[in-house]
Amino acid sequence: MEPFVRHSGKAVALPRDNVDTDQIIPKQFLKGVERTGLGPALFYDWRYGPDGTPNPDFELNRSSAQGASILITGANFGCGSSREHAAWALEDAGFRAILAPSFADIFFANCCQNGLLPVRLLPQEIDELFRRVQAAGGDYALTIDLEAQGVEDGHGFRTQFGIDSYRREMLLRGLDEIGRTLLEESRIAAFERRRAIGTAGPVA
Amino acid sequence: MTPRTLFEKVWDAHSVHRLPEGPVLLYVDLHLVHEVTSPQAFGGLRRATRRVRRPDLTLATVDHNVPTGDRALPIDDPVSARQLDALSANAGEFGIELFDLRSPNQGIVHVIGPELGATQPGMVIVCGDSHTSTHGAFGALAFGIGTSEVEHVLATQCLVMSQPRTFEAHFTGRLAPGVTAKDLILGFIGRIGTAGATGHVIEYTGDVIRAFSMEERMTVCNMSIEAGARAGMIAPDETTFTYLAGRPRAPAGAAWTRAVETWRQLRSDPGAVYDTRVSIDASTLAPQVTWGTSPGMVTDVSGRVPDLAQFQTDAERSAVRRALAYMDLAPGTPLAGLRIDRVFLGSCTNARIEDLRAAARVLRGKRVAPTVHAMVVPGSQQVKVQAEHEGLDRLFREAGFEWRNAGCSMCLGMNADILRSGERCASTSNRNFEGRQGRGGRTHLMSPAMAAAAAVAGCIVDVREWDLAAVPPLEPHPLAPPLHVVERGKGGEV
Ligand code: SF4
Repeated sequence: MEPFVRHSGKAVALPRDNVDTDQIIPKQFLKGVERTGLGPALFYDWRYGPDGTPNPDFELNRSSAQGASILITGANFGCGSSREHAAWALEDAGFRAILAPSFADIFFANCCQNGLLPVRLLPQEIDELFRRVQAAGGDYALTIDLEAQGVEDGHGFRTQFGIDSYRREMLLRGLDEIGRTLLEESRIAAFERRRAIGTAGPVA
Repeated sequence: MTPRTLFEKVWDAHSVHRLPEGPVLLYVDLHLVHEVTSPQAFGGLRRATRRVRRPDLTLATVDHNVPTGDRALPIDDPVSARQLDALSANAGEFGIELFDLRSPNQGIVHVIGPELGATQPGMVIVCGDSHTSTHGAFGALAFGIGTSEVEHVLATQCLVMSQPRTFEAHFTGRLAPGVTAKDLILGFIGRIGTAGATGHVIEYTGDVIRAFSMEERMTVCNMSIEAGARAGMIAPDETTFTYLAGRPRAPAGAAWTRAVETWRQLRSDPGAVYDTRVSIDASTLAPQVTWGTSPGMVTDVSGRVPDLAQFQTDAERSAVRRALAYMDLAPGTPLAGLRIDRVFLGSCTNARIEDLRAAARVLRGKRVAPTVHAMVVPGSQQVKVQAEHEGLDRLFREAGFEWRNAGCSMCLGMNADILRSGERCASTSNRNFEGRQGRGGRTHLMSPAMAAAAAVAGCIVDVREWDLAAVPPLEPHPLAPPLHVVERGKGGEV
């Protein structure tokens, strides 16, 4: 996993609440066996009309949004299906961070697993960012510093965000979580010895 | 000792180790795997030359991307076929039991786990699917994970997790006739919202829940994720034990007696404290129907599509505006009477035998409206066999329903079963998201009985207005076939 320490880039706003993973990547793109190459499928039904032509009204299709690497969006982003394809598609389309008032739990974990930083800000901060993107005509950049847990635009917007220290550490160092857990093998084996797994179920 | 909730007991019993940064290494008792969210995980294992640590605690099936038509025919879509072949190759290579398309036990992963008795109280169960919450009906802690976590569990049999908060959803009173478990959970989601339980594990309590069958409890726990919760749980009781007794993967003999003794302790202690608590009077609930593009956009069948003025914030109003445009509905439109084109009776929410009986009871002696295309997709091949034994297939067919093989089918429309753009569907599934059942398709979630009534009427109707009192409930056939017993490790071949 690519480490996330600090990232500056163009931000795009998608001011909608409850964007579900079916919208982030529709089901017809889940048939593959690879985790790469899903960028073109991102927000497919919103980005393209039924005949495959781009929908000019969709926020991410505007010329000012091209090259964006930070997505600012509404509450409960990533709700619904557990499909990690949603995180893979965002990453493949060039996104490194997502800013929202809240995220669905599974999606949040999936992002962290892929070096895509989910940042929770206050709803009024997100609203302020929506205003700033609009005022800048879409030409708006942010810097996200995971080490310092801060977000700023260099023009007066500056705030801090919280993230649990385990996730922060894994992201900062781009660590392989499985490798990390395998270091605990002796504890896992001891746990298994303590319990007769798969027979009577666990003791309350 | 401080009183603990059911969730805390199961959590504590599975904590292998607390990592210095705070989260816990949580042990997994049962890992369910399906074809869509696993290929990349197996690929990762292979690249890192890692093994599956406990193939004996891992169980695979095909459900999301399978055709539900004639199983003797080859699969039309070569891309889907490759995904199914990949799972079969991965299961073979890593020594995992697979219930494939030829297996009499194939079905939706959340239907077959309980049916086999593999799902048991007090377990930690995970699957690369958000509706894993279904298994919480047995007092298990069961939740969906992403593919990277699937790989992590395959390699380590553990997950790294921060402890979720607890949420008690307490139901008082009794359900009125014609109101079902599906209505209870939809009503609950409508009340707390689709992010109302984010970061929490819900425990459902109260007499209504106690009176529910296991299948009804599964319907409730299944939709916990639609309220934002990671998992839903119900403390096990005699209903749970009766359901599990004699199932192929349930303990037997002395082990059964010991297991039940242990399971009896799986309940929240008196005085246990939940982080959040909601109490709902179940007797006030009516049959529910969704009108929008999120399960929280729901109201009584006798209700109307809401007015924008009813919503507080700009964000809510713009979401409702979008939803109504997508659903082609005007504010104030009564839900009853809304014409429908399709009926889907299926999914891990409502495609178990009791769901099929409830729908069949409504259909007896009636016909699907000529304008409606209706289908039943049983949750598993075992459900299908049992229904056929009870004559439900004939009843459905004679009424004009298609009778299919098991799979997720039009719940997510990965196979050929999809809505065409503009079609309106009465569906017993769990998600009415834009495009979920097919691009441009419009989904109204409801209970099996309501969906069956809609099929006959050709429009959304209040099933309570139908005189079902005269129709005796459909009971299990006295000669119902014994559940197909599978030997361990023989899933694919039986
Ligand atoms: S039936 Fe629907 S919700 Fe259930 S597992 Fe299949 S796709 Fe997911």
